[in-house]
Amino acid sequence: MIEFQQVSKRYDSDHTALKQVNFHLSRGELAFLTGHSGAGKSTLLKLIMLMERPSAGQVVVGGQVLNTLPRRQVPYIRRHIGVVFQNHQLLFDRTVFDNVAMPLEVMGVPAGDIGRRVRAALDKVGLLNKERMNPMQLSGGEQQRVGIARAVVNKPPLLLADEPTGNLDPELSADIMHLFEQFSQVGVTVLIASHDIALIDAMGRRTLTLEQGRLVASGATMESADGH
Amino acid sequence: MATESRRSRPERGRGAARSRSESRSAAESYFAHHRKVASDSARRLLRTPVASLMTWLVMGVALALPVGLLLLLGSLQGVSAGWESSARLTAYLEDGLSLAQAEQLQLEVGSRGDVDDVELIGREQALAEFRDSSGLSDALDYLDTNPLPHTLLVTPPESDRTAAGVERLAAELKALAGVAQVQVDLGWLQRLNGMTELLARGVWVLAMLLGAAVVLVIGNTIRLAIENRRDEILVAKLVGGTDAFVRRPFLYTGVWFGLGGGLVAWVLLQLSLWWLSGPIERLAGLYRSNFELTGLSFEGALGLLLVAMVLGWLGAWVAVKRHLDAIEPGMPSGAG
Repeated sequence: MIEFQQVSKRYDSDHTALKQVNFHLSRGELAFLTGHSGAGKSTLLKLIMLMERPSAGQVVVGGQVLNTLPRRQVPYIRRHIGVVFQNHQLLFDRTVFDNVAMPLEVMGVPAGDIGRRVRAALDKVGLLNKERMNPMQLSGGEQQRVGIARAVVNKPPLLLADEPTGNLDPELSADIMHLFEQFSQVGVTVLIASHDIALIDAMGRRTLTLEQGRLVASGATMESADGH
Repeated sequence: MATESRRSRPERGRGAARSRSESRSAAESYFAHHRKVASDSARRLLRTPVASLMTWLVMGVALALPVGLLLLLGSLQGVSAGWESSARLTAYLEDGLSLAQAEQLQLEVGSRGDVDDVELIGREQALAEFRDSSGLSDALDYLDTNPLPHTLLVTPPESDRTAAGVERLAAELKALAGVAQVQVDLGWLQRLNGMTELLARGVWVLAMLLGAAVVLVIGNTIRLAIENRRDEILVAKLVGGTDAFVRRPFLYTGVWFGLGGGLVAWVLLQLSLWWLSGPIERLAGLYRSNFELTGLSFEGALGLLLVAMVLGWLGAWVAVKRHLDAIEPGMPSGAG
């Protein structure tokens, strides 16, 4: 699903964010991406999301080489990647329903289908009864779940999460992680950037560790990758 | 993922029938989306009525001014065209001529091929008319004799009512015995034409400048709207919104600004016409002119609205091009 081949990313100021990173994530795999602040986690996610382009090496997502993809094709790639943010990036000028509906509207899904699929996504995260509320009225954990519903509403084959539990207490964090596990069980590739070591250890999943832009560990559980 | 993206494009569907129904529903949802965006952006404008009204008024004034001047110009040109087609020559006869000799001359001129109609105004009749219209009747009483000559009013046929034809006729009439002077009053008409032409150029320059001003005003208003909806634009781009998708609401907003501005301009024009019509009628009456300030026709009004909407769209396009494409999502959270 995701493949990094000798990927480096240098910013203008001689600061190298990523150095020759190699790894491969299979379909349905759930992996963590960890490392200190500034180790390159954000840059790595940005490369997958096409917010940045690599300075060297190849990023392949879903069989598509992203390096040479023209700018106008970028939106069509992003439609296959669900993203969950630490600050959830919800819009407070519209209801929970309308927030979750955005990826579908962008794709031009007919109105009838939108209703059905938004409710399915909200049901999945247990917020079906809050669809008419403004996200502002929800708790932090609920807001994060709305963000997850929005990320999965168009059933993307790839789900990225950037510190999804950063602001949540351990119990809520475990809930959220459980959701991610469910998605990976139905074939979604999930990559979670986090520095919550306790949580990562508790999950016992493959972990990619970045240190000053280098991938120092790409996880021992390679057999799960080969299994698919 | 490559297969996924292929599947989402209807023209590459597997069966022809399926592809047809897919593309139909895709078109339907495309138009439904346009309707939704159009009504959404209209509602947004109505939600801030004062701010929207300000923009509409600015646009309305900027549009009403050149259109009003163009209407005035059209009316002026109509007047001068009317006068030109009724071009007549005035032949003043020599003082010593009797009325009978004048009638003889009238017959002679009237039989010419290049004359449509000849009217004789005898000196007595001329004096009476002058007395009535000039208001100098008391002064005229002091005169011992009638100072006015007999006059022939010569109308050339329509085919000869060109400057050259009229001038040739004037020269030939002047050569006739008994004709003292021939007056062709085309000079002032040409001057009027020259002035309206200059005025027309001026109005078009003004119209273009004000049109550019409208585009800039709308552009600036849309720029503010873009800033206000920055978060929404970022999220739309993150979840795969194309540039066209992100631009659409702002382009519709520009069109609505244009429509409102066009309507305001139309109302302003109608109001000023109504307010000016009385005095203009009186003034035209004093000049014995059929001058009439004509308002916008239905097609004209429609054209005004259309031009206003295009200007609004153009302004939005400028803003969108400059500011929207610059908003690109980054990952603002804490992951290093």
